[in-house]
Amino acid sequence: MLKIENLQARIEEKEILKGINLDIKPGEVHAIMGPNGSGKSTLASVLAGREDYEVTGGSVDFLGKDLLELSPEDRAKEGLFLAFQYPVEIPGVSTTNFMKTALNEKRKYQGLDPLDAAQFLKLMKEKMKLVQIDQALLSRSLNEGFSGGEKKRNEIFQMAMLEPKLAILDETDSGLDIDALRIVANGVNQLRSKDNAFLVVTHYQRLLEYIVPDYVHVLYKGRIVKSGTKELALELEERGYDFIKEEVDQAIA
Amino acid sequence: MDATSNIKSAYAQLEGKSKNLSAFQEENWKTFSGIGIPALKHEEWKYIPIKNVFKASMNIAVEHDAFDQSALSNYILPGTEDANHIVFYNGRFQEHASKINEKDKLVVKSLEIAAGDEDAAFVETNLGNSQGYHPDGVNALNGAFAAGGAFIKIKKGAVISQPLIIYHFADSSNGFRFSQPRILVSVEDNAQVTIVETYVNHGGGESLTNEVIEICTGRDSITRYIKLQNEGNLSNHTGTTHVRQLERSNTHAVTITLDGAVVRNNLNMVMEDEHAESHMYGLYLLKGNTLADNHTIVDNRMPHCESNELYKGIMDDQSTGVFNGKIFVRKDAQKTNAYQSNKNILLGDQASANTKPQLEIFADDVKCSHGCTIGKLDEDALFYLRARGISEKNAKALLLHAFASDILGQIENEAIKNYIETLISDRLSLEA
Repeated sequence: MLKIENLQARIEEKEILKGINLDIKPGEVHAIMGPNGSGKSTLASVLAGREDYEVTGGSVDFLGKDLLELSPEDRAKEGLFLAFQYPVEIPGVSTTNFMKTALNEKRKYQGLDPLDAAQFLKLMKEKMKLVQIDQALLSRSLNEGFSGGEKKRNEIFQMAMLEPKLAILDETDSGLDIDALRIVANGVNQLRSKDNAFLVVTHYQRLLEYIVPDYVHVLYKGRIVKSGTKELALELEERGYDFIKEEVDQAIA
Repeated sequence: MDATSNIKSAYAQLEGKSKNLSAFQEENWKTFSGIGIPALKHEEWKYIPIKNVFKASMNIAVEHDAFDQSALSNYILPGTEDANHIVFYNGRFQEHASKINEKDKLVVKSLEIAAGDEDAAFVETNLGNSQGYHPDGVNALNGAFAAGGAFIKIKKGAVISQPLIIYHFADSSNGFRFSQPRILVSVEDNAQVTIVETYVNHGGGESLTNEVIEICTGRDSITRYIKLQNEGNLSNHTGTTHVRQLERSNTHAVTITLDGAVVRNNLNMVMEDEHAESHMYGLYLLKGNTLADNHTIVDNRMPHCESNELYKGIMDDQSTGVFNGKIFVRKDAQKTNAYQSNKNILLGDQASANTKPQLEIFADDVKCSHGCTIGKLDEDALFYLRARGISEKNAKALLLHAFASDILGQIENEAIKNYIETLISDRLSLEA
């Protein structure tokens, strides 16, 4: 589904990604872990198409298309979704209105008729249950004055509405208490299927107790330096990132 | 012939035609003749090349030009068919074309007549009050042609259920049209009314409308005022809306500018008595070469008054938005609350915004605040929307619509709000 080869990217003059290789197949959940500043969020942003980053090398194939050639909106329409680490507050735009626009643009892209008001409402009610989000919240300005947990639940709600093929969760666990974390993880788990895939970017192992990954990769200094199964996450939790840093730094030295 | 001699010959044709307003007109003509049209060096006109707007050859109506009544029906704002309509044609009040439904509550007549009947005292006290705030040739020039104006009275305690919509038609089919509407409004004690002004340039030529509307809001009255400007890009406008607020009166003004060539709006709120309240909102959504300049004044003369002000601008292409907000708090005006904010978004690289808050406070127990911003669309918000599959064009439209929405939300009348919403959505070309 997603094949990343030797991906390199920088922001201004600073090299952040220095050759990422990653292969994600339908039905899989991959976790990317790593210490702060290792490039995790950059990878998520580059995949979603944020223009602040300049891709300097490598390739990304998404369902047979050159992902890097697509605009952010076309990536989304092709089935990519980024749950933001810091969802943006947008005064004056309600989640409902925003989702309706997004969903119908995607449907148009797919050659489908737009949903009418009743169909849309029905779909929304169904998806709201997944993340236990209140309709009143969705009528308000997008993320404005939402708590950290509400913002993250709103991200998962949007994901449920758009039914992406590949969802990237960028530190979705940050700033969540344990109850909110469970709700979010539960929403994600209900959306898992053999046809879609998840890339979970996180600093802590905590989230992975709830969203159990098939593969865990450790990103450090812009490269994936270690890959394994969910046991690797537990090892990291126990030993911290230092042993990996030492291994890598010694290898370079 | 230059602009001034063009105007002079029109004025000469007016002389002797008015009985009750001739002194007022003469006095204003004298002022205009003395100071003329303001140049750019005039502090209040520094962003507006108003002198260039006046042309050597302008059509000025000095008599009652017959207005084709059927034309009105083409321009009625959707959903307001049952409203009270007042028609101005080429700057002159058209009594026969106007339609007043609530005649028991509402008096509409020519200013010339009002200046000689039972309303003469009101006219005497209130006509020309704006001049103290705008001692320039533009205001005086309007005064010199005041006899073509209208007088509106909302009777004591009357609640006018339908808005009172003033349509200003300018016929530019035979060349540059110069119109000078003059309106005097008395909202008597405890009365409530919504007044809307809208402008139509038909004929496809250039025009300049130089308007003065003066409103006196009585004790405990509620006045809502909407000014909608969406003429073509050949239409120039200089307008003053002057409101004199008496005790506990509440005024709420929304000024929307969507199109025009050179547009200047003065809005004055004079808090003459205690506990007066005024709300001033503005939206200018500009494109092409439009220059829109909003000058507002809140003059707090007495204690316990409150004013809120929010103006927002979106400038595309080479357009220019100007905001100048004056707040005076006089020595006696203790316990004044006055808030002001102006926010601008520049879309085009050639677009510009000038904003200037101007607070002059002479009392020591007041709350006043002001703020202004000029920026571009929020890139993070734009990316967030695009990352959900919304095209860049629609994402921009959504954000701009959201930016404008708190001003639109201030319009209480649903039909008028929906109409303006449609104009703005079309303009931002938001695709569903």
